[in-house]
Amino acid sequence: MCGIVGLFLKNPEYEQDLGRMFGPMLETMCGRGPDSAGFAIYNGTAPEGFIKASLQHSDIDYDWGSLVKRLEARLGGSVTSSVKATHLLLTAPADEPTLRAAIVELAPEVTIMSVGRRIQIMKETGTPQEVVEQFGVREMTGTHAIGHTRMATESAVSTAGSHPFSTGMDLCLVHNGSLSNHNRLRENLKRDGIEFRTDNDSEVAAGYLTWRLRQGMSLKEALEAGLKDLDGFFTFAVGTAAGFAVLRDPIACKPAVMAETEDYVAMASEYRSLASLPGIESAKLWEPEPAVVYSWEKE
Amino acid sequence: MIVDLETSTVRELNAALHRLESADETWTVKNPRGAHALAVGLNAPVRVEIMGHAGYYCAGMNQLATVIVEGNCGVGVAENMMSGLVHVKGNASQSAGATSHGGLLIIEGDAAARCGISMKGVDIVVKGSVGHMSAFMGQAGNLVVCGDAGDALGDSIYEARLFVRGRVASLGADCVEKEMRPEHVEWLGEMLERTGCNAKPQEFRRYGSARNLYNFHIDHASSY
Repeated sequence: MCGIVGLFLKNPEYEQDLGRMFGPMLETMCGRGPDSAGFAIYNGTAPEGFIKASLQHSDIDYDWGSLVKRLEARLGGSVTSSVKATHLLLTAPADEPTLRAAIVELAPEVTIMSVGRRIQIMKETGTPQEVVEQFGVREMTGTHAIGHTRMATESAVSTAGSHPFSTGMDLCLVHNGSLSNHNRLRENLKRDGIEFRTDNDSEVAAGYLTWRLRQGMSLKEALEAGLKDLDGFFTFAVGTAAGFAVLRDPIACKPAVMAETEDYVAMASEYRSLASLPGIESAKLWEPEPAVVYSWEKE
Repeated sequence: MIVDLETSTVRELNAALHRLESADETWTVKNPRGAHALAVGLNAPVRVEIMGHAGYYCAGMNQLATVIVEGNCGVGVAENMMSGLVHVKGNASQSAGATSHGGLLIIEGDAAARCGISMKGVDIVVKGSVGHMSAFMGQAGNLVVCGDAGDALGDSIYEARLFVRGRVASLGADCVEKEMRPEHVEWLGEMLERTGCNAKPQEFRRYGSARNLYNFHIDHASSY
């Protein structure tokens, strides 16, 4: 099992309400995944020369203030940050490799959940309701968000094993299903420089997309290539800085339903999660076809 | 009787429906909001109208009752139906009518993959198209598809009869096209009229079992 949800706003007027619309979608999927939950939210782009990151430490009292000061000293500029439960969301004057290297050196005990110009990933063990509450999802703003409620089957119940997975700038993926060729694929991708932090199958799918995008493929092309290279069951929802995509495997064992209005595109494992969205009564509703990539991009 | 799922639980709704014996009652269910297991296990000739989209296993195990869904249905609508009528005004997700023994399932829109999987006597009329692996291991009953059928239609089929008006992406193992004999045209004509389809029976092709995989035979090992 597992539940996945995604919401991509077409109408900027709704951006102030992204969290209010998205929070209940995630909570409703508790029945499909009660052991942990997480989400990626895409909001304001970091200024030129700056980058955003989401860091996590299991100690709720972890001294983030000290880390921010040391980061500022290392990067030679001001770092803005805010603490959300076990996570620190920061914007720093650096590029991706510089920031990652600084964090690994200054605080190896900290987990980097995401790095990008727009993305921020937050995830924790606990019910989706608890996760939505502790991170204050309802107050969040942004252009799009994807989320996951987990019922672990392939690896341990842990924060690291929760979704979404991000292996590259602004990219993240949530997965309902299980991959059967992830071990070999992980080894192949490692040889090409993709780094993995868990033994989770879904992280391999995220790494695979990062690898394909680095080769110059579009998100749609990367997902279509994935239909050949990823063996197993999957419904994916994928987020990039400006885009959102959904793909089901050719057998389509895992459920998905989509809704589109003039204001938004939404997907969820079950219609229940879409029922609270504004205008859902008149939305175009459909079940995504097996092995067909559905994608949207901000203009 | 009107039941509003904003204020009542699905369990209360189903328990109340299970207590019914009268034939002339109509129950209206408001605000279903995709809830699962609506109107399951009914065993009386009552009419239930669900005013919106339903979740999984809607009208499962139905016996005698008429269940109308004014919207879409999730996985397994009318699964294991014994008798009665289930009428979906929108689309149905996967495994519609799975393992159903009897009764009639009408889907005004499309049905996704595995429609009529392991059907055992039900009549299913889909006015749109059906997804892949429909009527997989179908044992008895009729599946009528006014649109197209996805890959592997009728894979490992026994004695279910399949009628498709549109294109069939591919036939599954041991499923073959068969002649539309006069009795098939007659039966289909009556069913199309009964279910309000505009199609003519002559526009359909019939598919069924080649009966080569009934018993294990070593020469067919690769087909099982």
